Amino acid sequence: MTLSTRTAAAKEPGADGSRTGAQLICEALVREGVEIMFGIPGGAIMPFYHAMWEYRAQLRHVLCRHEQGAGHAAEGYARTTGRVGVCVATSGPGATNLVTPLADAWMDSTPIIAITGQVSSLALGTDAFQETDITGITVPITKHNYLVQNVEDIPYVVKEAFYLARSGRPGPVLIDVTKDAQQARSIPRWDRPLSLPRHKSVGLLDRGAVERATALLVGAKRPLIMAGNGVIQSGGASELRAFAERTGIPVITTLHGKGAFPESHELSLGMSGMHGWVHVNRAIQECDVLFNIGGRFDDRVTGKVSTFAPRAQIIHVDIDPSEIGKVVPTAIGIRGDARATLTCMLELAPASNHDAWLARIRDIQREHEPHQAYRRRPDTPTLMPHDVFASLDRAFHKRSGYRVVTDVGQHQMWAAQLIEWGRPRSHITSGGAGTMGFSIPAALGAALAFPGETIWVIVGDGGFQMTNQEIATMVQEDVRNVKIAVINNGYLGMVRQWQELFEGARYSGTKLSGPDITLLAEAYGVRGIKVERPEDADQAIESAWSQDGLVVIDFRVEREANVFPIVPAGKSISEMMVTATANA
Amino acid sequence: MKSAKGFPRSHTIVALLQDHPGVLHRAVSLLRRRGYNIASLAVGRSEVEGVSRMTLVVEEEDVEQVVKQLNRLVEVLQVDDVTHDPTIEREVILVKVAAGGNMQSIVSVALGYGAAIADVGMGTMLLELSGSPAKVEGFLQRLSPFGILEATRTGRIAMVRGRATHSASELMSDLITSTPIPQSPEQWLSQADGINGTT
Repeated sequence: MTLSTRTAAAKEPGADGSRTGAQLICEALVREGVEIMFGIPGGAIMPFYHAMWEYRAQLRHVLCRHEQGAGHAAEGYARTTGRVGVCVATSGPGATNLVTPLADAWMDSTPIIAITGQVSSLALGTDAFQETDITGITVPITKHNYLVQNVEDIPYVVKEAFYLARSGRPGPVLIDVTKDAQQARSIPRWDRPLSLPRHKSVGLLDRGAVERATALLVGAKRPLIMAGNGVIQSGGASELRAFAERTGIPVITTLHGKGAFPESHELSLGMSGMHGWVHVNRAIQECDVLFNIGGRFDDRVTGKVSTFAPRAQIIHVDIDPSEIGKVVPTAIGIRGDARATLTCMLELAPASNHDAWLARIRDIQREHEPHQAYRRRPDTPTLMPHDVFASLDRAFHKRSGYRVVTDVGQHQMWAAQLIEWGRPRSHITSGGAGTMGFSIPAALGAALAFPGETIWVIVGDGGFQMTNQEIATMVQEDVRNVKIAVINNGYLGMVRQWQELFEGARYSGTKLSGPDITLLAEAYGVRGIKVERPEDADQAIESAWSQDGLVVIDFRVEREANVFPIVPAGKSISEMMVTATANA
Repeated sequence: MKSAKGFPRSHTIVALLQDHPGVLHRAVSLLRRRGYNIASLAVGRSEVEGVSRMTLVVEEEDVEQVVKQLNRLVEVLQVDDVTHDPTIEREVILVKVAAGGNMQSIVSVALGYGAAIADVGMGTMLLELSGSPAKVEGFLQRLSPFGILEATRTGRIAMVRGRATHSASELMSDLITSTPIPQSPEQWLSQADGINGTT
């Protein structure tokens, strides 16, 4: 065999119009509008990588350092753009490394497609080299998955997979393709129509329920809107704002609802739940009608369910009917797209105001705010975490064209509390799964989706040490628009905080050392800045922002600062600790 | 059987599934996730090619969430908790009993229950009965003094009486082939089924 025959580009169909399965995957991805994918090659996915080379002008492949990074990068791309993110891995360990991002995407309803190579169909079930039953493993954490053994199935499977990932309640879909199916040739049929049970699609809205919900909400004395991820995913933020302004009903958000409603707005109250402000949780406990649009009553939102919103009739709008009535009993449940529902309610709702109720909540806020933990700066030269967040918030107020990806832990809650969020898809975090290590790879996906914007990562030193290898991916891909702020306290801080507050300060397994982060940044070939004094924070952030290139800032903060308020796990949201010794 | 809370302890769920590899795993996985034990599971082809009908008996008080989550699976066409519906429920049992000089007594029990004698071996009789779960249970109890050597049951199958409520062909003819998205409020609103008050 000569070199030329071995490497002959085969993008052109064979004389009979046939193509390899690997080429068909590429072709199908192009047809779905995919431009970029994140992955790592290996034996069982090599035919796909071979074909990918022919499609490199249309399909950019980003080589990650770990498949978990590839999965989170696809999530970051999906969460910022609203499009389907794609990640690729080989069989066995490559595929199992995608389990965490798939679970993360499942919990947060993020549309991603994972394409994994599988051993040859003849070897399935024989414990072949790098064989893992990834479709079996991922059944509970994907919307659907496929084991493709026949090349003929590829065009339809990819089409259905993308439809499922982005329709209804979005989520992850995995396509496992055996090596022989990637290598076999087929004359593709692209026109096979979708064939899925109708009730899986979003149906029309129930007119009666929407009318009753609107009347109940607007006619209430103390109504409250709780906005969740569904508002952002459906593109309904402007409808939400119009509805709130027309009816004068105050708005609270969940963690994933941040960005659904501008927090600078007079009707915005802020975030509720375990680390929500006192007046927000009090408003939930006092309201007479609670309208949850696109949120799922996560336990971090409700606290002890039996004491949640005790005076309220609950209206719940969710695109997934299995969420309605799952956690709290609802007076009116509507299965629907958040934007469509808000559009209809906006038409039905009379202009009204609820000024007295809003004034009551503002009174509660004025009463409690002075006691809020970060209001006063302790008289110490130590850099406090809230100094850093105040600096970041100041910097964000001066600019537009940025997005923020946070990791999981104390810094995630400080960011949610202390930064004023305004735009949909500008606050990206791992909510439901709480995946430490999410932020740096997710920022890679966001940065490639929005090369003209600045992507800020806010991450703890624990999460940073889990996935910082993806900085090398950024360097290789010439990503220059990511700035990483490490809130470095030398602990797994959130767990340490719980140990301090609830377990007699027994710091079991939470003290954490690490490398010198600025030196590590330099080892990656990027700039590192160390900040140890409060007065240096603003300057470091400005300097990082104005620099054309990646920057890692190591904020050496007070080691034992806490997130307040906090609702102890399993307690009612009426029981909020505002300091280590005081309840609200 | 009722529990203290007034919920039935056992639920019968009937589902129509697309006949694909792995679909049973997906369905059962939702029960396993909650730690629910499956008392019986019977699945086979329905009247429509490509569609299986499954009857599932779960000994748990609250299956509402499981039913909703089953409904979310892509290959599940329809799921219903038929516990409170008027149903016909049947099981088939094969039972092998020790048969010596008491063969005549065994035959009279079999005749009494309308069971068939499927096989007679050296010192054994193999009986076959189709009937309601209660009847099958009674039959087994009646046979036990003779010495049951082996018994196997199909698991319960159930069907709601009267007009068909679980037509596979209707469901299969109602597949998504294209997905027009309504744009205006008028297009979104319909008199379609909603999910109303669960309290």
